[in-house]
Amino acid sequence: MTGTINLKLDINGRSRELAVEPRVTLLDALREHLDLTGTKKGCDQGQCGACTVHVDGKRVLACLTLAAQVEGRAITTIEGLADGDGGLHPVQSAFLEHDAFQCGYCTPGQIMSAVACIREGHTKSDNEIREYMSGNLCRCGAYSHIVAAVREAAEAAS
Amino acid sequence: MKNFSYLRAHSADEARKAAALAGNMVLAGGTTLLDLAKCGIAEPDTVVDITHLAGLDGIEVDETQASIGALARMSAVADHPAIQKAFPAVAESLALAASAQIRNMATIGGNLLQRTRCSYFRDAAVFPACNKRHPGSGCSALGGVTRNHAVLGTSDACIAGYPGDLAVALVAFDAIVHLGERQVAVDDFFQLPGNTPDREHAFERGEIITAVTIPASAAARRSTYIKVRDRQSYEFAAASAAVGLELEADGTTVRDIRIALGGVATKPWRARTVEAALIGKVLEPELVRKASLLVMEGAIDHGANHYKIDLAPRVITRAVLKMGGLA
Ligand SMILES: Cc1cc2nc3c(=O)[nH]c(=O)nc-3n(C[C@H](O)[C@H](O)[C@H](O)COP(=O)(O)OP(=O)(O)OC[C@H]3O[C@@H](n4cnc5c(N)ncnc54)[C@H](O)[C@@H]3O)c2cc1C
Ligand code: SF4
Ligand code: FES
Ligand code: FES
Repeated sequence: MTGTINLKLDINGRSRELAVEPRVTLLDALREHLDLTGTKKGCDQGQCGACTVHVDGKRVLACLTLAAQVEGRAITTIEGLADGDGGLHPVQSAFLEHDAFQCGYCTPGQIMSAVACIREGHTKSDNEIREYMSGNLCRCGAYSHIVAAVREAAEAAS
Repeated sequence: MKNFSYLRAHSADEARKAAALAGNMVLAGGTTLLDLAKCGIAEPDTVVDITHLAGLDGIEVDETQASIGALARMSAVADHPAIQKAFPAVAESLALAASAQIRNMATIGGNLLQRTRCSYFRDAAVFPACNKRHPGSGCSALGGVTRNHAVLGTSDACIAGYPGDLAVALVAFDAIVHLGERQVAVDDFFQLPGNTPDREHAFERGEIITAVTIPASAAARRSTYIKVRDRQSYEFAAASAAVGLELEADGTTVRDIRIALGGVATKPWRARTVEAALIGKVLEPELVRKASLLVMEGAIDHGANHYKIDLAPRVITRAVLKMGGLA
């Protein structure tokens, strides 16, 4: 009854076409259909933040978003964060500098969330950073270094 | 997750018509619906995406009321300066809910309709008995792990708690749910489980929530939302309270007070007996502590959730004293 639908998604400034079942989430579309595996699947149920991407500049969870729902919106993933000349985004550099990861699995989600958190202005204190980054869990417990990286990147951006 | 078709609605009428068909479900932010679809609990034939409808995401505040479109995102309402000023408890209840990412996705209409986090309800494969999913099948929570279950408003059929935060603030300030032309007081919109725990809201298939309005009041202006939980953030309430307070000119006598509880009841719970015990009285810690206990008259615990009977009155007390400048 349902088959597949043809979608045209705007991802990292490029138009990408794909044919997927309507139930396919943005996360699975990225990872399984478009070879963009930087966005990670942790819980697949909204509980960890590993799948954080930006839609129209806002951070959202790709695992609870249907690919079909975001046709016509601008999607940014970790692969599209740096400006393309091979350099890193300042938040990526800050994570490297502060050793803000161990296994690295949560890191793309942390970085996408941090970029948005800084843009939102929710970085006025370490407590505010912790609160507004609480949607990104880190099983390795790199939290204190993550807060330091976000704080420094926020100061550099202001 | 069962496969389904996707329909993008272009008008509210189209959405209503599509949603009226058995098997179809409205899709807003998707943070409840897709989660439950993955659990195999929601099995829509077609999801009717309403997030592209124009004109349903406005937030307007004047001297008489706030009017919030059903598609306004939780984050937009939480960050709205006029809501923060005239309805701080509403803004705080949203800011303390879920995570920044979820608040950017989730809509106000969907937020009201979020389902219980009862772990038996969410796990149909292991626990087939659930009166909320299948009326008459029994309740797997009874005799199970009940730490997060309700102590107020329960029935023999279901003890599942209502998990949301926003609706607690809305119940305190007599908000109204707009279903197009039809309007329902938010306290009536949420129904007690009784013998029909599958029926949670006073609305019919094919109706769409279009807006929520909240009457302005002095109590709403001087209000707060306190949420106590197992971890500091990104967690549902163990117990929460929305409290609004208006004092007489003497600065100590209660003229008007609004109190509602979350995390402990089967629906957002207005604490009218506590309000009645405080109106006209001079605010004073011991009085507030005693009055707060009244909310638990008739509470029934199931062992592991007994702590809520002690915790919730303390959360009320803390919020009232904070608003009264006594804490
Ligand atoms: C990990 C996690 C943590 C969370 N923590 C919290 C928390 O701490 N506090 C809290 O309050 N909430 C919390 N939530 C719940 C979250 O707030 C809700 O899932 C969200 O508000 C639902 O809104 P939505 O727009 O995503 O709804 P959807 O999932 O799109 O829809 C929910 C339901 O409402 C129906 N629907 C939606 N909009 C309309 C409408 N306008 N008219 C008619 N029907 C409609 C849909 O058919 C569906 O049945 C959490 C959720 C997750 C996943
Ligand atoms: S408490 Fe309610 S929702 Fe949970 S298993 Fe029992 S009937 Fe189902
Ligand atoms: S994978 Fe999306 S929140 Fe965990
Ligand atoms: S670095 Fe391993 S989960 Fe965060």
